Parts: sequence; C-alpha cells; structure tokens
Amino acid sequence: MKKNTLGIFGLLIAIFVVTAVLNDKFISAYNMQNLIKWSSLYAVMSIGVAFVIITGGIDLSIGSVVGLVAVVLAYMMKVKGINPSAAIITTICMSGLIGLVHGLLITKAKIQPFVVTLCGLLIYRSLSRWLTDNQSLGPVPLEGDKGYTNLEFINQLDFIFSGKIAIGSFNLPTPFLFLLVIGITAALFLNRTIWGRYLFALGNNEDGARYSGINTDNMKIIAYVICSLMAGIAGLLFAFELDSVQPAQTGEFYELYAIAAAVLGGCSLRGGEGSILGVIIAAAVIRLIYNSINMLGISTHLEFGILGIVILLGVVADEFLKSYSAKRAAAKQQEP
Amino acid sequence: MAAGRTPLLEVRGLCKQFPGVRALHHVSLKLHPGEVLALIGENGAGKSTLMKILAGVQPADSGEYHIDGETVAFLNVRDALASGVALIHQELNLAANLDLAANIFLGREPNRLGFVNDKATHLEAAKYLKRVGLNLPTETLVGDLPIGKQQLVEIAKALSCDARVLIMDEPTSSLSQRETETLFEVVHDLREQGISVIYITHRLSEVKVLADRVTVFRDGQNAGDLSQEEIDHDAMVRLMVGRELSEFYDRKIHEPGKVILELDKVRSPAHPHTEISLQIHAGEIVGIAGLVGAGRTELLETIFGVTPALGGTIKVNGQAVHPKSPEEAISAGMALAPEDRKLHGLVLPMTVGENASLASLKRDQNNGLLNFEAEKDVANEAVDQLQIKTPHLEQVARFLSGGNQQKIVLGKWLALKPRLLMLDEPTRGIDVGAKREIYKLMEKLAGEGIAILFVSSEMEEVLGMADRALIMHEGAIAGELNRSQLSEEAIMQLATGTSLAA
Repeated sequence: MKKNTLGIFGLLIAIFVVTAVLNDKFISAYNMQNLIKWSSLYAVMSIGVAFVIITGGIDLSIGSVVGLVAVVLAYMMKVKGINPSAAIITTICMSGLIGLVHGLLITKAKIQPFVVTLCGLLIYRSLSRWLTDNQSLGPVPLEGDKGYTNLEFINQLDFIFSGKIAIGSFNLPTPFLFLLVIGITAALFLNRTIWGRYLFALGNNEDGARYSGINTDNMKIIAYVICSLMAGIAGLLFAFELDSVQPAQTGEFYELYAIAAAVLGGCSLRGGEGSILGVIIAAAVIRLIYNSINMLGISTHLEFGILGIVILLGVVADEFLKSYSAKRAAAKQQEP
Repeated sequence: MAAGRTPLLEVRGLCKQFPGVRALHHVSLKLHPGEVLALIGENGAGKSTLMKILAGVQPADSGEYHIDGETVAFLNVRDALASGVALIHQELNLAANLDLAANIFLGREPNRLGFVNDKATHLEAAKYLKRVGLNLPTETLVGDLPIGKQQLVEIAKALSCDARVLIMDEPTSSLSQRETETLFEVVHDLREQGISVIYITHRLSEVKVLADRVTVFRDGQNAGDLSQEEIDHDAMVRLMVGRELSEFYDRKIHEPGKVILELDKVRSPAHPHTEISLQIHAGEIVGIAGLVGAGRTELLETIFGVTPALGGTIKVNGQAVHPKSPEEAISAGMALAPEDRKLHGLVLPMTVGENASLASLKRDQNNGLLNFEAEKDVANEAVDQLQIKTPHLEQVARFLSGGNQQKIVLGKWLALKPRLLMLDEPTRGIDVGAKREIYKLMEKLAGEGIAILFVSSEMEEVLGMADRALIMHEGAIAGELNRSQLSEEAIMQLATGTSLAA
C-alpha cells in the first residue's frame, strides 16, 4: 500500500473505532450492511472519475449521468414496457456514448473538460426531467404499477443489482460484488496494462507522452468513456436500490462526492497520480462520516461542513508528506 | 586595462549547487568600468547561473560579491538594479501591447498621486532611446518593432535605471546581420559612455570584434582569461573544451549508405510557404545550423509528426510516410530527442525505468499487459549502454542531472533501434563530460548505420560533429556546406541571409 493509501485507511479505522465506542448500534449488522452498500455505490462512481482525474481532467456530469441512466431505464421499463435486458444494454451504451462525446469534444475540439462536463451536467439533468415530465418512477413495479413486461426477470434483476446474499447471519449487499469486480479490473488496468501506464504518463506530462509515441487523444477519450460507463453502472445500481427515481434529484451532487473521494484517495487534480484502492477507501470514509454524524447525533446540517474539513485536512496532510519526502529525496541526492 | 583601479564588479569563490548538479564551483570574475567582458563557455558551463546571481535573480550558496569594492548581497533583481547591475534577458521582457515610453518606465512611471505624468514619461524615454540610437516616436508600440530594436529598447530601459553594468545573455542569437551590427555599435557607444558590459555569446567571431577581455568557463569553474591581444579562435576553444578539438569531437567519416530520410518540397505549418528538400544517408551525421527562430526545431517537429507537414513527401528508407503524429513517425523508424527535455523529452515525475521504457512498452506488451521483464531489460540496457548515473531504476527522473536526463531520452529511443535519430540541441545544459559521451555515442551510432540529423546553436558542435551542415534562414534551407567548407564565417553568412559572395 502506498503511504497516502495507508493514511486514508488509518482515518477509516479511526472514525470507525470512535463511532463504535460511542454508539453500540453502529456495528449492528443492519448498519454495517447499509454502510457497505452505500460505500460500494459511491466507490463505483469514484473509480470512474479517478481515471479522468489521472489524465489531469475532470468530470462534473457524473451525477446527471447517474440520474439520466436511472430515469431512462425506469422509463423504458415502465412507460414503454421494453424488455429489461434491452433497457439495460441501451442505458449502458448511452452512458458509454456520453463519455465518447465528452472525450471527443475535449481532445478534438479542444474544449476544456470543466466546460464540456459542466454543460453535460445541465443537459442530462434537464433531459431526465423533460423525458418524464419530472414524475418519479422506478424500474421495479410498486403496488398498483402497470406497464412492465417480464416481471419475473425484473425481480431477478432487482436481486442482482440491489439484493443481499446471506453469509451466515450477515447479508452482503450485491453492489459490493460489483465494486469488487470493477475495483480489481480497474486496478489491474491502471497498474498492469500499457494503457494504464500511458494514462499516468500523459497525466504527468501530456507533451512528453505524445513525443514518446503515445496516442494521448485516444487515451483521454478512453478515460472519459470509462468514467461515464462507471456512472452508468452506478445509475443502474441506484435505480434498483431506490424505490422510485426522482428525475430532478437522483444523483444530484454525486459528482462532487466522487471527485472528493478521488482526491481524498490520492488522486491529484494536476493529474498523473492515483490509486484505485485509495479511492475505494476514501469513498467508504465519506459514507462513514455521513453515517457517524447520524449515529453520534450530530446535527445533519453539519454534514457538508465536516466532510469539507476532513477532505481539506487529508489533502493538506498529503501535500506536507509529499514536500517532506521530496526534500528528503533531494537531500539524499546531494550527499554523494 | 586599468589594472590598478578597483574593479567595478568583482566576485570571488562563488559556489552554487542545484539538486544533482554543481553549477558553480569557486568562480571568480572581474569587471572594470567601461570594459566589455566576453563570457564564453559551452552549454552548461555555468554562464547563465553566474549571470542570474550577478543580477539578483537567484542567490549564491557561498562566495563574495563586491561592487565598487563594497560587499553586496542581492536578494532580488530590484536590489541589483539599485546598485546598477541590469540583466538583458535572452527572452526579452517587454510588454508588446504598451508603447516605448510605457515599457521603459514600467513600474517606475513618473507620477503625481498615482496618476501617470505622460509628458514627463515620454520626454525622459526619448532621452534614453537616443542613447541607444533609436530615433523612434515614443508612442510606437513595442510589439510593432522587430526583435533587434526591441532589444535596444530593453537596453534603454536598463540605462533609465542608471545601470552601470549591462549583462547581455546571447543578445545576437535571433538577430539578423544588420541588427547585429547595430547592436555592436551601441555596445561601443555605451563603452564610451563608461558603461561596462558582460557579453555572453556562443559566437566566437563576435568576441574578437567586441571584447576587451574574455573569461572562459568550463564545467562550472574558471577555465582561464584572455586579454585582448590573446583573443583568437583556437585559444578560446581550447579553454572551453579543455583539450584539443580533434580529441573532443572524435569523428570518423563513414561511407554514407543508402538514403534513409528524404524530404521533397515539404512545407511545415510554421513556414507554410517554404519548401524544404533534403536527403540524409545511413551513417551520416548532418547538422542543422541557423539563428534561433530560423525554423530548425519546427522542421524536426514536422518530420516527426508533431506538427504534420502541409505538403510535400517524406520518405523513410525509400517508403513514403506522412507522419500525422509522433506515434506514426516512430513506427516508420524515426526518433526525436527534443529541444526541451523537461517538457517534451521526459515525464519528469516518473522513474528512470518508466521513462526509458515508455516508447517500447507497446512493442514489448503481452496483449496489452505490461511486460515487466522486458521493461526492466530495456531500462537496464539504457543505463549500461549510456552509463546513466542513477542509484536505481526507481529513481525519479527529475532528480537526475541534465546530462543523465538526456541519456534517458536517448536510451528510450535506442531501445527501438531507429533508422533515423533526430537530436534537437543535444547537449544543451549538459556538462562537458556527458557532452563528450553524447558525441561519442553519435559517432558510434553513425558507425552502425543510423542516420543522424541534429540541430545545434553551438557553432563548435556543428563544426566538430557534422559531416555536412544545412543552414536555415527564415524557414528555408539557405545553403549546404560539406565538411571541408564548414567554417563559422560561412555558416553565419548563410544563417543571417548574406550571400556567400558578399
């Protein structure tokens, strides 16, 4: 484990222990299951944005993509009565396509990532509301709902995306399995493939990477596609998790949680740095803080404030650590 | 000259260390009133560092600095200016959107309660412009002036601060012949007015014309001084390289093989109306000389696909290729060690190993997976073959010296066994030892049949290393000189656009 990953892991343990000591309900199976479920959902999005941040870019549209995917999925299944597998494939392709468009606009039209994805944030949110006339709806029929086809299959899907697997007396939420597969794949991609190395290289020095024969445009496009795909998968998970998807609210501000987790997990917004394990732990820390605030009876109005302070402290500590070790390395260099 | 008097400026035992590099080691320098001192030395000899210390841009680690016999310690450029020491940067620091008067008094505008006194500004500015021989309306925008005149404005600005010592860092590197002559006249006039000048240059012919005395640096140390009578080309070069030339540039002439690179009427985006045609053979080392801004780097970048050609044909090994990106150029067998190593050549925050293998990852991959073993082999071979001084492969490239960084760049390319190796200012910012190793490597690679095309602003490098030199002027190849025709004068004539006959 890298030093900063170790640091953030320590933070996770510290908050966990303090909360557990102060409130014995915290470590109840029910609370743990919830914590794992929400951490997994957030971590999937955070992994996606980590790819983009490693290239030195940003994606502000994640929350709106989550919302749009959830809304379109529910819309297709409920209003149009489309086969669930077709709906899932369509929404996943749609999220990939969104990433492709972002990537092309950023690399070929040379528009800044902030601007492209900010416009995306506005456009996809508005699409969700327009498509549904801002009425809430879900992929799983509630009592009295009509229009769905293949109900048995929908129930199976509901189990796959938001079910629980009993392991003894503990019910493991299925989103955790998604996170496991995605996390391992992402870590392998970043650390074991040439493309992962290219992403780090171009994040550190895009020109240097290009002069070394790396197709930097394609690599950046891939990063944006991965980011939107992860948001799309998160959108599916959220859609099945929530009884009803709110076109105006579902996924709102999630991009900020995802970016916060990526930064806290060791990604530099300057690009070229990041670890998947760190990002996953950081996403868990963010959910844990939220949970602890509830458990310890702290006013929920303070939630954002506490989150902001923790992230700020984490990043400041990381910078200090880095400049300290850089100085030490430089000093070492001068000795001989 | 004036040996008995107190020098106007004197430094003794100056030391300066950068991470991994000893830039200056117990350096001394003397400058008398009204003296033009030429400061010469190869790239990386420490001239620029010394200049920056003299002008207060950065502090020395240790050593003495006297002005008028009094110890000074400049914390910043303002301090140095107050003592009369002004640096004329190689890259001029003028605001193109402001007029001459505003530029000369930028930050020191004659004012009343914060309101600029325009009349006084223009009257005063005219006075200083006249001293450098510029008879232009003070309302002229700086951006409308050619580079040579801008430089004179910069000098006028220094004079307006009551500068007594002007430090000029390669002032002629982008000037035409005509502009250079004007600058020389101005320097002569300034000397008459009692202003001292420290003149840094790569052009030894200029030294003879201008200098009262020469101080030579080599590898961050004093290599010797020459008085006006002693100034002569060979003497200067001997001091600069520390040995006889033939030993330093150890060249054998190889029988040129088949044509490796052929350009036919290639037009680069930087000079869209100029057609370039050339041929480079296997085993040949061809130098490209010319002024800064003549389009040399742009030509290499067009060949390498960084800025793809607008027209014409590029052939490698007889096959037409039209690289639209470095990726395509590399697969055609080309390699480029770019001019700006830190920006284009390396990924500084990554390790030596990662940098050395970056270009060959694709070749060595296992279906997209990194081949760690092959990667390590590539890196180790680069370190061994080029004698890169690094504690281990995991060392971050940023912490290596310029010479070792350049070797990583070269190692990265050699792993791919290119047919054509292009080098843009291959020895900029590199110490003499590493320089010699890079020359040896070039010689060895040429012997193995690689075609080498290099750009250099260092006259000695072109004279010493090139089998043949192409001289560029305003985006075009102004002429070609083979080894027997090569001389500083011949290159300068072509580079500045004066015909050989003149």
